[in-house]
Amino acid sequence: MAEAAVVQVAAPWVLLAAVLLGALALAGSSLDGALAARAAGRPAGTGAGRPLTEVARLMRQRRRTTVAADRLLWRLATSSFVVAALLMVAVVPLGRWTLADASVGVVWFNAVDVLVWVLVWLAGWGPNAMHSLVGGYRFLAQAMAYELPLMFALTAPAVAAGSLRVGDVAAAQSAESGSGLPFVVWMPVAFVVYCIGVLAFSVRGPLSPAAGPALAGGVLGETSGLDRLLLLAGRSALLAAGAAFAVPLFLGGGSGPLLPDWAWVLVKTAALLAVLVVVRRRLPDVRPDRFLALGWTVLLPAALLQLLVVAVVVVGRS
Amino acid sequence: MTLEAVLIVAAALFSVGLYGALSQQVVVMVMMGLELMLNGVVLAAAAFWWFTAPAPSLQALLVVVLAAMTVEMAMGFAVATLLHRTSGADMTDMAGDLRG
Amino acid sequence: MDLARDIALGALGVVAVVTGALVFRVDSMARATYLLAASFVAVGASVVLLHLDYVGVVVVLMMLMEMAVMGVYMVMFMGMNPALMPMSMVHSGRRAVIAAVTCFVLLAVGILLVPWPTRTEVPTSALPSSSEATTYALGDALMGDHMLVMMVVSQVMLATIVAGIVIAQARGRYERLGDDLKGGSR
Repeated sequence: MAEAAVVQVAAPWVLLAAVLLGALALAGSSLDGALAARAAGRPAGTGAGRPLTEVARLMRQRRRTTVAADRLLWRLATSSFVVAALLMVAVVPLGRWTLADASVGVVWFNAVDVLVWVLVWLAGWGPNAMHSLVGGYRFLAQAMAYELPLMFALTAPAVAAGSLRVGDVAAAQSAESGSGLPFVVWMPVAFVVYCIGVLAFSVRGPLSPAAGPALAGGVLGETSGLDRLLLLAGRSALLAAGAAFAVPLFLGGGSGPLLPDWAWVLVKTAALLAVLVVVRRRLPDVRPDRFLALGWTVLLPAALLQLLVVAVVVVGRS
Repeated sequence: MTLEAVLIVAAALFSVGLYGALSQQVVVMVMMGLELMLNGVVLAAAAFWWFTAPAPSLQALLVVVLAAMTVEMAMGFAVATLLHRTSGADMTDMAGDLRG
Repeated sequence: MDLARDIALGALGVVAVVTGALVFRVDSMARATYLLAASFVAVGASVVLLHLDYVGVVVVLMMLMEMAVMGVYMVMFMGMNPALMPMSMVHSGRRAVIAAVTCFVLLAVGILLVPWPTRTEVPTSALPSSSEATTYALGDALMGDHMLVMMVVSQVMLATIVAGIVIAQARGRYERLGDDLKGGSR
């Protein structure tokens, strides 16, 4: 609670944050495309360019709509995924600079990831179509499973650092002002639970019954044109934002040899993003009800035990 | 003067919620009215905290209000589910007798 | 800075009341639910402006979550959909309006007449520059002087979880998995 570990920059820098987030999201999507192409037996290069051609295609595509769609809520939801991702990275310090040095940054991140519940359900409700709405419901059912473990996973680093300010959490892991040990080393369970939460709220892959092929696209099914582009970009950005937030929380923030601290933040984010994209392709699909049992009987107790260990260590240290 | 203004807003929220809680027929809408009333209470408590006595006790009161909201929602949904299953009722008027 | 804060507070107050009132005016179940969510977000933001950062953000977090669940229940239990079949979904509307207006007038008169105590100086623990001090004070109170609050609330929450499940579940695990819980009669 002494001097500020990070400096808050002026609001126009949000543009830089948006560009960086967009670049990370695009890189993640390209990697995913390359992996998909290789898995299908095509050269990886054709898949890596897929996100860009998809952007060009969707920008030219005419918007389709459905009968009696709730257009206001639908548009609001599809266009807000990107905003939610930006709100998440707003509290992530890039080395010494941050957009919003909020005193409750960790809770803020949590509140924004709950906003994703609302957005996915509204994106499902908007088009007045069955598969979309079922997708929205399935997402909420799954959210019940991942949210509580995710909350406790977020709590662990905050308890260890004794602060909810993201900059302080990062500082507690740096060699100069803290222990020099990234939290991931002694809270691996919290880190894994956090990553599962990130995979789940980015509406993609195995933990995404909301938008899978089993539901004919689910919440994505009826979207087209710019709406679809924003929704796809938003979920890639959410995965990137989740990876970025893990850096100050678990991976030691900007600390590292040789490179400046802002570069380390980007390198670590990109590395975690790549790992998440690769892992996501390897996991089997999980039905929401099975995942609910897993979340409440395995993930939640594991996260609580991790929190207990952290709390005991903190008390013992002081 | 700001304290009074914020309290008036809180009173307006409370009254709108009261209207909803008294007038709505569907159980879920009644609960939304109750939530709105508690919303006003949260705002009023926060205003008191800042404008009269920034002491931690009032913050603890806010935590209690938030807990009350959660309990109200959880029990409300549980009872609504039970009512619907046992007697097919989704309106308060249908649940006049407690025999189920 | 203070003026900007007052203007923002006023605007948020208007948003909170207007969205709150619209909840009972719109036809769409989803819109009603998320208008209430908007009202809560406005109040949460006001609470943050009143220097209670932690409580304000928690209000937003909790209420977005609750309203997402509320939306599901709205669709589930609004047996007759006023959007499909225009009808009045209120009973004793006139009496409710009278009660609400009376309540507001009484409260407003009280608010304006009571000589509220004013704080003599801004305490350092509540200055915006040290807003974690506020959060810290809350935690300190809940784990120290006001521990009883925490203990009671946590017991009530646990009781709520258990009671909610007991009341709401249709078939217990013995019914689903058989008497030996081995999963026979699924």
